[in-house]
Amino acid sequence: MASKFHLEIVTPDRVFYDDEVEMVVLRTITGDVGILKGHMSMVSPLKIGKMKIKKDGEIREAAITEGFVKVEEGKTIVISDAAEWPQEIDVERAEAARERAEKRLESSKENTDTVRAEIALKKAINRIEVYQSKKK
Amino acid sequence: MAALGMQDIKRRIRSVNSTKQITKAMELVSSAKLRKAREKLQKTRPYFETIGKTIEEIATSTKGIQHEFLNPREIKKVGYIIITADRGLCGGYNTNVIKTGLSHMEEKERVSVIAIGQKGRDFFRKRNYDLDGEFVQISENPTFTHAQSIAKLAIELYKQELVDEIQLVYTEFISTINQKPKILKLLPLDMATDTAKENEEKDKGYSEFMSYEPSPEAVLSYLVPKYVESMIYGALMESSASEQGARRVAMESATDNATDMIDKLQLQYNRARQASITQEIAEIVGGAEALK
Repeated sequence: MASKFHLEIVTPDRVFYDDEVEMVVLRTITGDVGILKGHMSMVSPLKIGKMKIKKDGEIREAAITEGFVKVEEGKTIVISDAAEWPQEIDVERAEAARERAEKRLESSKENTDTVRAEIALKKAINRIEVYQSKKK
Repeated sequence: MAALGMQDIKRRIRSVNSTKQITKAMELVSSAKLRKAREKLQKTRPYFETIGKTIEEIATSTKGIQHEFLNPREIKKVGYIIITADRGLCGGYNTNVIKTGLSHMEEKERVSVIAIGQKGRDFFRKRNYDLDGEFVQISENPTFTHAQSIAKLAIELYKQELVDEIQLVYTEFISTINQKPKILKLLPLDMATDTAKENEEKDKGYSEFMSYEPSPEAVLSYLVPKYVESMIYGALMESSASEQGARRVAMESATDNATDMIDKLQLQYNRARQASITQEIAEIVGGAEALK
């Protein structure tokens, strides 16, 4: 059995995950990072994307939005604005959010809201992808 | 005269009784809201605590880094974020927060306020304080989005050097009957706190190996706004639980007072009634006696 380390994922409204795991794969702003036991101490911001958690040989996926990861000896903490398992994702809401964001991107010209719309679009697409990957 | 007194007392009892009904209803409503706010608070506390601890550790282990959020500037103007309620009838809750804020402030010219909640806004507006922003109707049910917009405004002010320091004034929820107004310095990051010092000793040697991807500056640029956001969110949650707690206690004692008052008035009424009956009998007896 592979050696484990402690993973804690906290969001503003709950403790999303708190358990011993073998591996976690996160999407940081510099690219995907896989963290195993004994990883060097590190802090890095996260991008909107998928997160893979490997526990007892089984891999679970979850959608995660912006946040950051802090790796210490034997313990990894992920702090994020939101995190969801595929079964928790409300696909209809995500689809609606995607449409809304796309429309806003088309209609708006040079204004500051494009940044926000882009983020909303990314979040929605990410949620839909995670949901669909689970169904297959 | 006795009969008039009786009427008056009766009217008084009725009016106190209807006040009592109102305070009783408000007490029940705020207990329900308090329970909800406490549950929510319980869920957010881990996040709030983790992010606070993490940022402290990072700040202590990144010594020597030049960053606008870390370096104190000469203080020309201090920005205060003050969290109050939208409504009154909650005992000393609003006054306590405002008083704590005021006692911390220096001259009026060097202070600007971001008011959260109608009570605080009205107070500072009436006294012609420099209001940089106001957020009303959110104190009862704060969401993370609210915290984000408040944080965005505060950070913007700080970046444009309109304020040189940001203080957060809120009420910490200790228990239903105990709430404490608190002041927390948000920006620039203060690294001289006790826990930070402890960490410094403990982390010597270890923290030097901490790597920051892509760079410490980039990590801090991202992390500090996040920290401000989550601190404001936590403070909003604490304050909303405190508000309900304070209101519950205030309403409970108001209901108790009303009950006492009704009891007293009832006694007075009975006495007046008895006195008037006695007088009437005395008059009849006197009249009968005179006819003899």
